[in-house]
Amino acid sequence: MSARVGVLMFPGSLDDRDLGRSFGLLGADVRMVWHKDTRLPELDGIAAPGGFSYGDYLRAGAMARFSPVMRAVLDFAASGRPVLGVCNGFQILCEAGLLPGALVRNRDLKFVCQDVRIVVEDPGQLRAELPPGRDLVLPVKHGEGAYMPDPDHKPRVAFRYVGTNPNGSTDDIAGVANEAGNVVGLMPHPEYAVDPLLGSTDGAPLLRSFMAACLAARTRR
Amino acid sequence: MSDPEVTDALAREHGLSEHEIALIGEILGRRPTFPELGIFSVMWSEHCSYKSSKRYLKTLPTAGACVVQGPGENAGVVDVGEGRVAVFKIESHNHPSYVEPHGGAATGVGGILRDIFTMGARPLASLDSLRFGSLEDPHQRFLVRGVVAGIADYGNAFGCATVGGEVTFHPRYSRNILVNAMNVGIARADQIFLASASGPGNPVLYVGSKTGRDGIHGASLLASAEFDEETDAKRPTVQLGDPFTEKLLLEACLEAMATGAIVGIQDMGAAGLTCSSFEMASRSGTGIEMDLDRVPQRETGMTAYELLLSESQERMLLVAEAGREGEILDVFAKWDLDAAIVGRVTDDGKMRVRWHGRVVVDIPVDPIAANAPVYERPIAEPAGRAALRELDLAKLPAERDPSGALLQLLASPNLCSREWVYRQYDQLVQSSTVLRPGGDAAVVRIPETERGLALTTDCNPRWCALDPYAGAQHAVAEAARNAAVTGARPLAVTNCLNFGSPERPECMWEFAEATRGMGDACRALGLPIVSGNVSFYNETSGEGAIPPTPTIGLVGLLEDVRHAVPASFRAPGDDVVFLGETREELGGSEYLAVRHGLERGAPPALDLAAELRLQKLLAAAAARGLLRSAHDCSDGGAAVALAECAIRSGIGLDAALPAAGPRPDVALFAESCARAVASCAPERTAELLGLAGEHGVPAARIGRTGGERIRIQPRVDVALAEAHDLWSRTLPEALG
Repeated sequence: MSARVGVLMFPGSLDDRDLGRSFGLLGADVRMVWHKDTRLPELDGIAAPGGFSYGDYLRAGAMARFSPVMRAVLDFAASGRPVLGVCNGFQILCEAGLLPGALVRNRDLKFVCQDVRIVVEDPGQLRAELPPGRDLVLPVKHGEGAYMPDPDHKPRVAFRYVGTNPNGSTDDIAGVANEAGNVVGLMPHPEYAVDPLLGSTDGAPLLRSFMAACLAARTRR
Repeated sequence: MSDPEVTDALAREHGLSEHEIALIGEILGRRPTFPELGIFSVMWSEHCSYKSSKRYLKTLPTAGACVVQGPGENAGVVDVGEGRVAVFKIESHNHPSYVEPHGGAATGVGGILRDIFTMGARPLASLDSLRFGSLEDPHQRFLVRGVVAGIADYGNAFGCATVGGEVTFHPRYSRNILVNAMNVGIARADQIFLASASGPGNPVLYVGSKTGRDGIHGASLLASAEFDEETDAKRPTVQLGDPFTEKLLLEACLEAMATGAIVGIQDMGAAGLTCSSFEMASRSGTGIEMDLDRVPQRETGMTAYELLLSESQERMLLVAEAGREGEILDVFAKWDLDAAIVGRVTDDGKMRVRWHGRVVVDIPVDPIAANAPVYERPIAEPAGRAALRELDLAKLPAERDPSGALLQLLASPNLCSREWVYRQYDQLVQSSTVLRPGGDAAVVRIPETERGLALTTDCNPRWCALDPYAGAQHAVAEAARNAAVTGARPLAVTNCLNFGSPERPECMWEFAEATRGMGDACRALGLPIVSGNVSFYNETSGEGAIPPTPTIGLVGLLEDVRHAVPASFRAPGDDVVFLGETREELGGSEYLAVRHGLERGAPPALDLAAELRLQKLLAAAAARGLLRSAHDCSDGGAAVALAECAIRSGIGLDAALPAAGPRPDVALFAESCARAVASCAPERTAELLGLAGEHGVPAARIGRTGGERIRIQPRVDVALAEAHDLWSRTLPEALG
């Protein structure tokens, strides 16, 4: 049985194919989901990819949350099934209110592309292969990746940067989970760290953990 | 608003010469209308017509077994196997980037991306060759920041990885920086699209962004004249880019192409609607009828002249099969892009344009497009150039502190780490980047295959200034070597020829010499030139021209991308092997410039046969898995090359360079051609040396990797950490 993962495609999504490809390499059954769709196919989990949705001219993710597909994504998340947001996907999930806090311009106001080390803290439903304390080397590539928590709400931190904090994120936060643990967002890109030819393979356990959460959700239903 | 009366004075203001004004009269048998005058002025501008360069470009080699499409289309196309082709080109956006660095560089990237996807290819990787004035100069720092941010903002938001290029500094670029953008895309061999307007009766469609008033005369006036005090006033001629729309345009174009309903397609770049329609019709021997009122417009009250000459970005002109235009309109509607049928193909060889119900343009296509005037400009070798090539090494003070010299070179603006630049670029999107920026050539996997492409841009302007013939040859040789050290076989070349005014005989002499050198080197190395761009008028009044800068963009092929060889060391305890031979030559070297403040002497002697032997050896050694790393010895010489291998890996070395005469600085810092440094597992060293012997390449084991120091005989011994620190700090400290 393979996990049925839907990858959202917004206009301006750029990492959608790569995210789909990496899930596919790991054995998931991947469906691409167009932003104008109002009904979802049969899915066990949804992943929102990186990119510059709608050009991100206003604020990263601020337009995409109004896409027709987002109503269905909100319902899907409310049902407790897993939703993953990577980079722009993380920004969109924050804008849509599925995750707390916001992502703002990097500390030095420049886009940054480099490998970083993160440590697993409390990854919600992504716990299958991500015990707390596990180190992962993953690339980041973003201009608005500094996480700002809500002033009156302490986030559930899924991942923290270790050593280099590439963007000035508060408390080195690289990713967060919602209270229920089924929605997780992070700035680093697991999908670019799956194929050994391209460098690190530390993204594989993260994506496999998401797939395990998908299968668990299907079993529950 | 009514059009002004067309007079000779107005024609001259449009950059047309007396001869050209007379020629227009002959072609039309009447005075041109104002929109027609605009068309002649852009189509016959240096930028669009290549009128000064054409006779030299014709001498360049363009044929080869791998060539599917040579110069003349939007980009060149070469066969890379497994039913795939690589589509690539390099193009300049120099003047706009000087006037408005962020917007100029961004639209430079946008323009080259469109050239690639117009041909049916998905852009896979970008490279940018950038030249600025002195890093000490605050205005240059402003320009560097703006250009790099512009490239990053456009390329990152479009979704094409930027994997390589060059950044160098020289005071002679301070009033005329260079921004040369290259892109490489991949298409299926049987799905290439050309810029043809065939089939009379077929509809002509306009797709993409609406037309505004930006960029009018950007290519014709901004790119076809030198800078002067009025340059700042030309800021409105710089176009504005929108990478989001370009990304939608890419997806929509590729989807529309897949319908099979597209006959031909051309992007609207320089001279917008005018150039695209004339070129398409000219290539097919047809005519086009267009109705400007149907063109999607961003602002009201635009005139025919403005609509024809606007260089608004992210637009395409395409010809569809009659009756199937609906399929194309549907695709563009899905992507929320404008698309309109603006005209049709005719069989009378004329361009007929209507606006507000009147015919405002009615002129024959070919005399304007294919048969534009061609000039044989006078050439003259600049006085004193030969004297600059003289250098008496005996008079050069001996190097008393080789370690200090190495550290000074590593920290110098032209040799220090470029990470400040490339960390602002998305290097990874599309999951293809096997060797990231920072090494010699970048290597990208060809999607859905095991094959790889090695990509590089190269030119040493100091050598080109001293001797443009030799300098251009070296640019080709170095590009090929940079691809070869990754294990790739150099395949084909694109060029971006940046020079001063063609109206000055010295600049034209430099152009003639550089193209001659480029042609000779490409023929010797078996490299066809499949696309390119000429940028003249790179000078500012009273300050002279830039150094001649014939930038080479090169694509090499790796049949098995898993064999790609990185530039930096991999493990301590490996053997360090020196390939090639150092000659007693320091002319035009970085060492001479940085350490002695001299820019003179002849560039290193070039042995193209030795280059070819080295390239073949590197490919064979990589295929056998003999090389743990390989790095070309060029700027800064062998010592800098070895130090870079160590710094980037964090692994030191202890090695002794072969002597080349009595001077230690020659062994360390000479920039002799056809050399590389490699590392290999000790148990494979004998095999590597044997293979080198078979290929006729001098080779020697010169030391071992490991430790915390960079020890290179003669007399270099520095801490790895100190070298790393100095090498890393220069650009961040200058640029923030």
